[in-house]
Amino acid sequence: MAGNDLPGALAGIRVVELASEASAYAGLMLAGMGAEVIVVEPPEGHHSRGFEPFLDDEAGPERSLWWWHYNASKLGVTLDLGEEGDRDRFRSLVGTADVVLESERPGRLADLGIDHDTLRADHPELIWVSLTPFGRTGPRSQEESIDLTVLAAGGPVWSCGYDDHAIPPQRGGGNQGYQTGSVFAVLSAQTALLARDRTGQGQFVDVSLHAAANVTTEFASVQWLVAGEEVQRQTGRHAAVEPTTFTRALSVDDIDVNTGFPPRSARDFAVVVEWMESLGLKDQFEEFFFLEMGTQLEEDLHLSQIGQDPEVTAMFGAAREAVRFIAQNITAHEFFIGAQERGLAVGIIYSPEEVLADPHFQERGFPVEVEHEDLGRSFTYVGAPYIAPKSPYRVRHRAPHIGEHNHLLA
Amino acid sequence: MKSEALSHIRICDFTGQLAGAGATRWMAAFGAEIIRVEDPARLGKWDVLRGTSPFVDERRGHEFGGCFNNHNVEKLGITLNLRTDKGKDLLTELIAECDAVTENFAAGVLERLGFGYDRLREIKPDILYVSNCGFGHAGPYRKYKTWGPIVQACCGLTFTSGLPDMPSAGWGYSYMDHHGGNFMAMAIMAGLIHRSRTGEGQWIDMSCTDAGATMLGPAVLDYTVNGRPLRRDGMPYSNRSQFPAMAPHGIYEADGHDAWLALAARDEGDWHAIAELIGIDDRRFADLAGRLAHEDDLDDAVRAWTSKRDRFEAAAELQAVGVPAAGVAKPVDRVDNDANTEAWGLWPTVTHGEMGRVRVDGIPAHFSDTDWVLERGGPLLGQHNRQILGGLLGYSDADLADLAAEGVI
Repeated sequence: MAGNDLPGALAGIRVVELASEASAYAGLMLAGMGAEVIVVEPPEGHHSRGFEPFLDDEAGPERSLWWWHYNASKLGVTLDLGEEGDRDRFRSLVGTADVVLESERPGRLADLGIDHDTLRADHPELIWVSLTPFGRTGPRSQEESIDLTVLAAGGPVWSCGYDDHAIPPQRGGGNQGYQTGSVFAVLSAQTALLARDRTGQGQFVDVSLHAAANVTTEFASVQWLVAGEEVQRQTGRHAAVEPTTFTRALSVDDIDVNTGFPPRSARDFAVVVEWMESLGLKDQFEEFFFLEMGTQLEEDLHLSQIGQDPEVTAMFGAAREAVRFIAQNITAHEFFIGAQERGLAVGIIYSPEEVLADPHFQERGFPVEVEHEDLGRSFTYVGAPYIAPKSPYRVRHRAPHIGEHNHLLA
Repeated sequence: MKSEALSHIRICDFTGQLAGAGATRWMAAFGAEIIRVEDPARLGKWDVLRGTSPFVDERRGHEFGGCFNNHNVEKLGITLNLRTDKGKDLLTELIAECDAVTENFAAGVLERLGFGYDRLREIKPDILYVSNCGFGHAGPYRKYKTWGPIVQACCGLTFTSGLPDMPSAGWGYSYMDHHGGNFMAMAIMAGLIHRSRTGEGQWIDMSCTDAGATMLGPAVLDYTVNGRPLRRDGMPYSNRSQFPAMAPHGIYEADGHDAWLALAARDEGDWHAIAELIGIDDRRFADLAGRLAHEDDLDDAVRAWTSKRDRFEAAAELQAVGVPAAGVAKPVDRVDNDANTEAWGLWPTVTHGEMGRVRVDGIPAHFSDTDWVLERGGPLLGQHNRQILGGLLGYSDADLADLAAEGVI
């Protein structure tokens, strides 16, 4: 699918984005889908140009890899919104846009006379997506917030961490609080565009990072809403009301794997027996007898039988240990491929950079080369979340320099 | 009352679990007509959540899965036995009336049921087909099986969460089932926008693992540009902030059982406010470089203050001096005791045909003109057979009775 130069689904849609670390991922996605995204920075550049990591570890406004990633495929202009002349230019720019995307503190743009309420009368077809920590009107709407506090206040952190609760709960890496809000900002823009197809009218959309985190916690919220039960965090597995058993093993190359659900059908047991024998591990595994017993099962084991029926409990336990034992005796990749080829769902715990070399990502054209003609080099970026042959998602070009596309301003 | 935003869109929906059902959930909330097709012979259990916990009371069975209700609010449900020719005929008639067909089966399942993309196109040339599975329909792993934790492991997300010299903590829930659904909704709506502009349908091949891998961009660039892997000594350390560097930045012990406080200094202004509030005066911490070099000691100093305080009171003190801080919210804190989620209407109550009134996840966006509506619970098995097979496709009640007797619906 690589090399598909067709226009994206949002070709012809212009998005004006006020630069922000919260909405940057939303702008990136919209640009990847083919929208012309113009990111508006202050004249000195947005402060996220000062975010690590930097090209060759040297700071500089055009060297932030954070900026490069989140602003790829966008065009860049500079405006000083504190100056009336630039506010007029902003108004003109907005007049050419289909969508405005911004994460300003509630009230700031109204104070400057460039908020949606002020501009809507002249641009009834304009869609305005605001992405703020707590939404625009709630009692917490003026709180200070960053990715860490979004995830702490919004629920995800409570569910992540270790069995040992003396260790603090963990925030997953990679700005997921901002990105989760951004994903909903993208869905909002798309929904409003589809609605506009029918009505011709734009509208205002108020997206909350805190609300986005709150409804992205799977069982933690639903368990409480439905049954009034509180989940507890566990190392490497779902936070749960009742503790569950391990799903991890460390392979011989020191890479963790997820061992999945233990085998529970005769077919699964037969697969584990065959695999163990082919690796020559049979004699080292004391409970092999129980695996062979499993191959004679007429009905699949059921989790509810554990602890009730001693034979079932032994088979379950042996199967779980057997999969872990295999994982501990081969490389992580051999384990992942070996299990999946045998129909057992397990995972390899890649670090982010290891993903790109994996044959799955290679064959789907996921890593993409982005030309940095200013440096005379090109670099590998992460690519598309899905393959859409008629309206491809693409990383179109490198992120803009400060004010690189100021010619777009009237 | 329904949202009008997507009321012109009708989808023939085979999604299940969360990674698929989450996609059409968003669209249903905004008024799209989402018609879930389920298997009457197996009581709809190709979505196992139909019968799994949590439960509202002691009742069990395929109408009582709490997550199923949560993930399928505002959708319609019909039953079709696709092992039968009549079931296939009915599905064919339904697809002809739809804008899109959506599914998150393992790769190849819908094709084996006789409804691969080529067949869908025969039925309706401009149909949009969006498939979603862990590794997608193309590539060497297309036959592999996944669920949330495996997707998260294979795309790099699991690794990013945790402490140095410890196994990764990972995500304590299926984060990528949520975003699998969200990215699938993104793919569906992108496909619909393209179709509305060009008249063209297509098959969009969505892979949850690929979607997850788009969410770790800066870490990947640090490797591809600077050659620095995240798998290295001392990393990851996910409660600290590397991109951008900040210190302090962490989750600290507070007073009470399993009580924690998150706080961070975004800049020197935040740091001075923190230092003054909690009374830290140590020359080693005078600038960011010093605080990063002595981060363990800095964290100890912060902890000495936080550990004696209630997490919410301490957060309020820090907020009062302009510092980002928040108590780590337990479910009760954010669902029942948060003025902001209440003001948002974040936990609406829907009415389910068997469970009655149940609270569900709301939508984290409010639209000024065509806002979401969540009132109806997830569909009972075959609840809307009459509305769809009768109202839309024109079958009489007598026809439906025959179809039911023959095991078709």
